[in-house]
Amino acid sequence: MLEQNIFAGFGGQGVLLIGKLLAEAGMFEGREVTWLPSYGPEMRGGTANCSVVVSDQPVASPIVTSASAVVAMNEPSLDKFEDAVLPGGKLFINSSIIAKKATRTDIDVYYVPCNEIADELGNPKVANMVMLGAYIEKTKCVGFESVLDALLETLGERKAHLIPLNREALNRGAASIR
Amino acid sequence: MAKKLMKGCEAVAEAAIQAGCRYFFGYPITPQNDIPEYMSARLPKVGGCFLQSESEVAAINMVYGAAGAGARVMTSSSSPGISLKMEGISYLAGAELPCVIVNMMRGGPGLGSIQASQGDYFQTTKGGGHGDYHVIALAPSSVQEAIDLMQDAFDLADLYRTPVMILADGIIGQMMEPVEFHNEQSSRAIPEKIWAAKGYNPNENRPRAVINSLYIENEELQELNDRLQGRYQIITETETRCELYNTEGAEVILCAYGTIARICKSAIALAAKEGIKVGLVRPITIWPFPTNEVRDTICGGSVKFALDVEVNAGQMLEDIKLAVNGEKPVHFLGRPGSFVPTADEILERIKVLRRA
Repeated sequence: MLEQNIFAGFGGQGVLLIGKLLAEAGMFEGREVTWLPSYGPEMRGGTANCSVVVSDQPVASPIVTSASAVVAMNEPSLDKFEDAVLPGGKLFINSSIIAKKATRTDIDVYYVPCNEIADELGNPKVANMVMLGAYIEKTKCVGFESVLDALLETLGERKAHLIPLNREALNRGAASIR
Repeated sequence: MAKKLMKGCEAVAEAAIQAGCRYFFGYPITPQNDIPEYMSARLPKVGGCFLQSESEVAAINMVYGAAGAGARVMTSSSSPGISLKMEGISYLAGAELPCVIVNMMRGGPGLGSIQASQGDYFQTTKGGGHGDYHVIALAPSSVQEAIDLMQDAFDLADLYRTPVMILADGIIGQMMEPVEFHNEQSSRAIPEKIWAAKGYNPNENRPRAVINSLYIENEELQELNDRLQGRYQIITETETRCELYNTEGAEVILCAYGTIARICKSAIALAAKEGIKVGLVRPITIWPFPTNEVRDTICGGSVKFALDVEVNAGQMLEDIKLAVNGEKPVHFLGRPGSFVPTADEILERIKVLRRA
């Protein structure tokens, strides 16, 4: 198993967070993982992305240039990373705010209305978790419970009441592309 | 102890504290700001002192003061900031003071870029500051190795009374990996710092401590230089480290340190799929340079050529060529700035060189 992922979006969408949750979940499941953020002079509304590798073997390169999966939460991310998907790889598009379609025909493309589903759940902040649910549904990279364990570490006990909402977001994301 | 997902910079800072570091002086610069940030939160809780200085020059001189008083102390910065510290590092070497300096390299020259680079190899290994001195320089290629080397860094500094540099880059600094802290106590016998200026006590049978690097008389300076050179000789003989990976029977040997060595391991796996046997020699101490290991590996019978891969214009390349001394061809792949080569590029170059 070697999953080389790019999670991209604009600052504030939580793409670095879902990348970190995936890496941490992979670690909990005994995988080798790396998480590498872009750290340019970025700002809220600017672009942000991270490379996440989950593997059975020690991770040689933490830099992902050819991705088995790309998650694009906004249009500039789709423009920038569509070509990075390996042939036969997966591309996840946040169709709530990305109007255009993918141009590649040699990859599997999934359209996930992340923001709409998050709004239905009553909290627009979980759009990223909806996308993570869809990503896991198709890659089977890690289990939902490991992701929620990782989230609990980030949230702390004081905000543990948010776990059910996030579980629901993962489930709805997964269901949306089933 | 369970593994924890941790950013390189934060892991380095925590490892330093666990190695007994209680004083940190620094000035912000990307991509190592997570080190001072972490230190500012943690050091006061363990009875230490974090101070953000007014400049890099001030920070390294605060390190000089704390080291002179016998403390375990460190500073960190990134390339342009390390340049500013160079005068102080020469003084620390001249005054025989132990300390640890972390350099999370970024692109240069000048203010350069904030992305990862390896352009400071010459600066680190060939002096940087003035005078005949060296610093022990350790180059981790993972977050875990960075942690493991921190205890060593402080021990080596105390043992040999020398500055020790951790030479990593923005990728190691910013990357998160699963890590374990072993909380091991030092396995080395560190002598008491009887030379430290901790306050004179006439009842103790020891001379006044004087921390100094100025010797007006030629003969006195000669004594210092002889002592330092003798020490460097011992360090070279006993503290040199490198990793040999897949080198047995290899046709091509890659040379790389730090992050780039990992990408070379990717290239080695790709080459194996095409039936090309490639190995890697990875210096862990870039000073002292593992001259013997590099020579013995590259000059081995099955090896046709070596390919050195760096994110610079070819700096470690010179040490490799000195080690090999013309016995085998040594090629180079790399660009100055922050262009990190991909595993595919490395494999492609190997294939081109094999055809030539």
